[in-house]
Amino acid sequence: MDDYLLETRDVVKRFGGLTAVDRVSVGVRAGEALAILGDNGAGKSTLIKVISGVHPPDAGEVWLEGRPVAIRTPRDALAAGIETIYQDLALAENLDVGANIFLGRERLKRRLGLKVLDDAAMRAEAAKVLERLDIQIPSLRATIRTLSGGQRQAVAISRSIYWKAKVLIMDEPTAALGVAEQRKVLDLVRTLKDQGLGIILISHQMFDVFAVADRLAVMRRGVKVGERLVKETSPDEVVGLIVGSETVGAERAAVKPMS
Amino acid sequence: MEAAGVAGVEPTRARVLSLLAERWLFAFLALETLYFCFAAEGFANPNSLQILLFYGVEIFLLAMAELFVIVTGGIDLSVGYVLGLASIVGTKLIGALAGAGVPPAAALALGAALTLAVGILPGLVNGWLVAYLDVPPFIATFSMLGVCHGVSELIIEGVYAMGLPPLAAELGSGHLLYYAPGAGMSFLARPEVERGTEVWEIVPNVVVLAAVVIAALWFALSRTRFGRHVYAVGGNRDAALRAGIPVRRRLLAVYALSAGLASLAGLAYALKYVSGKADAGAGSLLDSIAAVMIGGASMFGGSGTVGRTVAGCLVIAVLELGLRMRGTPTFDKYVLVGVILVGAVVIERWLPGKGR
Repeated sequence: MDDYLLETRDVVKRFGGLTAVDRVSVGVRAGEALAILGDNGAGKSTLIKVISGVHPPDAGEVWLEGRPVAIRTPRDALAAGIETIYQDLALAENLDVGANIFLGRERLKRRLGLKVLDDAAMRAEAAKVLERLDIQIPSLRATIRTLSGGQRQAVAISRSIYWKAKVLIMDEPTAALGVAEQRKVLDLVRTLKDQGLGIILISHQMFDVFAVADRLAVMRRGVKVGERLVKETSPDEVVGLIVGSETVGAERAAVKPMS
Repeated sequence: MEAAGVAGVEPTRARVLSLLAERWLFAFLALETLYFCFAAEGFANPNSLQILLFYGVEIFLLAMAELFVIVTGGIDLSVGYVLGLASIVGTKLIGALAGAGVPPAAALALGAALTLAVGILPGLVNGWLVAYLDVPPFIATFSMLGVCHGVSELIIEGVYAMGLPPLAAELGSGHLLYYAPGAGMSFLARPEVERGTEVWEIVPNVVVLAAVVIAALWFALSRTRFGRHVYAVGGNRDAALRAGIPVRRRLLAVYALSAGLASLAGLAYALKYVSGKADAGAGSLLDSIAAVMIGGASMFGGSGTVGRTVAGCLVIAVLELGLRMRGTPTFDKYVLVGVILVGAVVIERWLPGKGR
């Protein structure tokens, strides 16, 4: 009945005696942003690590485009078109922009029968994708270390776009940014939605969620405790779900049904 | 994101400082060499270069081993005693093969190949411990140091390993090219000339060996996917993992490479000194780590290049030979290497675009 681009079905992940993710089912459609919210330790990060192949699930399945996909390693997820931008961005700070966009998928050329890194081509491709997303970087030869937080975020996003992501998972994309850079990143998210990507967004910032997400799922102690359309809920109700206050039901009843 | 344009313009002052950060080591090396040309009698002679390279071969190879490991953010303390073990195993194997009637050249080739195969084992164990069992590199390789030392002593029972065929010595102390003024030149073998005739010996064979290996390593680290992954693992292991780089396999390969290079250094030692002993590389360990650090690599991984590590080795080798020729006691060298090392690290931190 659902036309999900990507969904998890009853995914379980345990660490020793702790069940970090307990039978969670969420889904995201193409051109849609799904926000996953929850307090620290609610299991949001573990859930996205399951989807991105860092922590293979102990039970349950991940479905992509109507078919179950086996994601056991980060490489599997990338091959399936699932790109993840972590809070720490997962950039190698000692390498330049081009090297980072092609990290793990380096472009090679043949020289005297040997496979050699083609840094010129990688830089040229990096310039193209940065231009497409209207991102300015002082120098493509600059190592990531020398870039600002927003520039780093932009490089991480460019990397995902370059690899033709179908689903983009973003963990706290605006957490470490100044106001102007936050806005720029949120604009980027809207652009990506318009291009038909499915976005899964993890954020503590209620403003971000209400600005760009279409739906939201709330997790508490590893369990999904609620799912709402953004246009049919309010920050108050969402906070109630996150902290598990008992008034949630009452508030929910008080919300005017949308026509 | 407000910075303008992709091409980018750096302010002049920053440019000068970053140029200095890039080049200070080479300037220092030039000054050091110049100093000894005046301070040490007989140093200002092209032959000095050959001598310091000949005696420095083990340090060059061990520094290369250390460089790859340090770029990944690790350290390999076992290389010195892997060198010793390989010098013993190589000497014994080649000697045994030659003694069993195998032609000397074949005995050398076969014995060397077997020695490298054996010598890589400690590296595989190190790599397995570090990459798969998450044992800190310091602990894993420190333990391996002890194991290799002990095994070496068990094999030789307190004496030198001996018994290499004469060909080994000819190769080990031989040169690539000989030139006798008036009598022409020859490769690898000393020309037949009357005693007392001057013969120029050009480039020791072991130096040729080291140079070829170092060139291959330069290529591997700076131009291949493997090299890029080594930097990525050292720069941000998590990022490398999430980008789909097989981090554990790369680490395993790096520690195996390290032991392989140490074994090659052990073979070079055996050929040079026609013997093997357990502590053959014990003194080279610290020099090789110092050379990598002087070359600007960060102890935390992610940086360091073959070219600058070679320069770091040269700084130490020039110092060693210069002080010897000046007649200064050896312990002066230890003090000076320590001072230069600390100075290098401070400079790298102080200048922009490096370290940190």
